Amino acid sequence: MDVLDIIKPENQVFCKTKLMTDTTLSYCPGCGHGTAHNLAMEVVDELGIVEDTIGVAPVGCSVLAYDFMNVDITQAAHGRAPALATAISRLWPDKYVFTYQGDGDLAAIGTAETIHACNRGEDIVIIFVNNGIYGMTGGQMAPTTLPGMRTSTSPYGRETSSMGNPLKITELVANLPGTYYVTRQSVHTHKHVRKAKKALKTAFENTRLKKGLSFVEIVSNCNSGWKMNPIESNEWMEKHMFPFYPLGDIKVKGKLK
Amino acid sequence: MAKVKGAIVVDTEVCKGCEVCIPVCQDNVISMSKEVNRKGYHYAYMSNPEACTGCTNCALVCPDRAISVYRVKVTD
Repeated sequence: MDVLDIIKPENQVFCKTKLMTDTTLSYCPGCGHGTAHNLAMEVVDELGIVEDTIGVAPVGCSVLAYDFMNVDITQAAHGRAPALATAISRLWPDKYVFTYQGDGDLAAIGTAETIHACNRGEDIVIIFVNNGIYGMTGGQMAPTTLPGMRTSTSPYGRETSSMGNPLKITELVANLPGTYYVTRQSVHTHKHVRKAKKALKTAFENTRLKKGLSFVEIVSNCNSGWKMNPIESNEWMEKHMFPFYPLGDIKVKGKLK
Repeated sequence: MAKVKGAIVVDTEVCKGCEVCIPVCQDNVISMSKEVNRKGYHYAYMSNPEACTGCTNCALVCPDRAISVYRVKVTD
């Protein structure tokens, strides 16, 4: 059978969701942000909640999320996305509100907002993309940087004796009574992408239950910041990031696993 | 016996040549072209179209969603 006989509209099984705009993503080649954006929008599309979804973009690499996601979306001051999402979800309790944040936004400058929104149990979804580095500003050390990991501000590796310990914010918020669903996923292979999509779907569905906040961490790569090519950075992530940030559900239906 | 045949179409201008799609393809269908697109990236293409089963693995991991997948059932 010729390839041209297969490539027909009726045989199409996968294409880019219409909820992503045609704007070229500003991310580096191989960055997990693109996959995470697309997954979030595919879930919104599949649940049929486009009209009722409001997003909050952060500051960081994904600050331009409002240019890429074709849903109602606003942008918050650095780290304040959960606070803004709280306001939106309280004013419009029937909407699906989500924030999309990186680790510099959520786990550094926005730690207070994150922890309090989680503790209050707001009915929002937080999508947290963790690559262990400040990607946009030039690969500086972040609170989530692993011990011994080289960054531009810790060129000999992060020394926990002088630079402190990495923050596992996902485990932290899982222990708060306000969170209903807390999970850690990844998007570097097809298997992980399918699992991450399922987790995001559960998170968005949980918004309707009014039982608490859903928190989805996506461990991602930063090949520019880590100074590797995309394939190497994914391998490095599997070898070094996953032992420290183990994948899987941490809290399901309000109960710690 | 029914067999599944697939094909992918890569949007060559969207592809950034990150090569993430190559290791996830179990049938080794995808390679990087020698030519570059307008941005200067080598783009992915089907170098072994006979082997494609349309499993969508490559499209799922593509951060820029440059890949569309087509699949058809063939009866011998």
